[in-house]
Amino acid sequence: MAESVDIQALIDGDRRVLGQAITEVENDSPAGREALDALFVYSGRSHLVGVTGSPGAGKSSLVNQLALRFRSLPSEERVKVAIVAVDPSSPFTGGAILGDRVRMRDLSGDSGVFIRSMASRGTLGGLSRKTSAVVQVLDAAGYGLIIIETVGAGQSEVDIARLAHTTLVVEAPGMGDDIQAIKAGILEIADILVVNKADHPMADMTMRALRANLDLAQPQQFSVVERLHHRNMAFEPVAIPDLKNDVDSMEFWTPPIFKTVSTKGEGIDPVVEAIRNHSAFLKRNGQWHQREAARLQEELNDLLFTAFATQWRRSIDETLVAAVVKALMERKISPYQALDQLMGKNQR
Amino acid sequence: MERKIRVLIAKPGLDGHDRGAKLIARALRDAGMEVIYTGLRQTPQMIAEAALQEDVDIVGLSILSGAHMGLVPRLMDSMRELDLQDVYIFLGGIIPDEDVPALLEMGVKAVYGPGTSTEQVVSDVRNLVLGEDKV
Repeated sequence: MAESVDIQALIDGDRRVLGQAITEVENDSPAGREALDALFVYSGRSHLVGVTGSPGAGKSSLVNQLALRFRSLPSEERVKVAIVAVDPSSPFTGGAILGDRVRMRDLSGDSGVFIRSMASRGTLGGLSRKTSAVVQVLDAAGYGLIIIETVGAGQSEVDIARLAHTTLVVEAPGMGDDIQAIKAGILEIADILVVNKADHPMADMTMRALRANLDLAQPQQFSVVERLHHRNMAFEPVAIPDLKNDVDSMEFWTPPIFKTVSTKGEGIDPVVEAIRNHSAFLKRNGQWHQREAARLQEELNDLLFTAFATQWRRSIDETLVAAVVKALMERKISPYQALDQLMGKNQR
Repeated sequence: MERKIRVLIAKPGLDGHDRGAKLIARALRDAGMEVIYTGLRQTPQMIAEAALQEDVDIVGLSILSGAHMGLVPRLMDSMRELDLQDVYIFLGGIIPDEDVPALLEMGVKAVYGPGTSTEQVVSDVRNLVLGEDKV
């Protein structure tokens, strides 16, 4: 612990150093922060692909199959593949069972694949707070494709879309009626939709519901700044000029829907092709840079919020906090009054 | 700064009974540890490779097949090849008493038979990793 990370060894492909560096970053140790600073210039080259969907939809099996296919591409197109698989931490003990590797045994023995399991460590939203930093380390280590598998997600665990260039939403058959399909949230973030377990009798119904929803959608592209305005930002989002402003010639991406049976490896090739097409699409339209710009600003924003809270906690008089909280518990003051008192505003 | 104990629970060899492995995994989880569970029929190379990628502090093996005297030395070799000799190994399952000294000699830190309490395993793992005292 706490020795500094050998950056050169990591860049040169030392997998032991990579594994240890990720631990330091995940624990937010001084060595981890130092490594992130040094590695930042080497990052920004990987295609980040998110895979999300409800628990048991078959995300891990699909990720296993995708990684296998990407690794069997012709050598001039083949890149190293990293997988970051997030599972939930217990809200009571902080412990976790990380079981995604169980479905990924086909990938062992390939030194061009690196799989890392992460616990969510109290973060909601489907990722852990450190996922983006861990991805940055893998990016710098030369993994050209990084697949990020989220916690089994419900309706609003949409953080993955902020991190990834390409987001796959995996549905299992029988997920609900067509109203589920038009709700805001997880389906909205899909660049690619996959109905897994397609050998199930309900699969075609699910395909129909999803397709009907896509037909309702207006093709559009949201600019970076627009997206950030729906978040609580500590600073005014900085727009980067659109690389393409000519609306007439603007291309739109309509999310394709695929059927797969990942345990049998069926229907995987079209998904791989769609992932590659999406990457080309983003690059052609300047969207790649837009997404990166939005991600970096959001990351800075998150760091600012954490830093503000830490700084405030260091500066505040603990006895005042205790007194205010006590008054709140006794319902003598409201939460907003407590806030005012703690922030040093005049009592109302 | 958070220091989480990371444990790999693996089942090498061909026996398909993973109740014990899951029980231990669950107990370690409830003790606040992060447990990477790899599933059945892992080769020693697969286990060592997973330990490297996951950067675990300790590896727990469950072996009920009687093949421990063959599997454990191969795992130790695989771990050394990947420069993982500092990662602790413990073993649970059906292990005859007379094999235990040889296993400890090979570098296994603890051997647990049927009837071991999960509290015992949890506290040993914690002590080993945090270096508070020896088992």
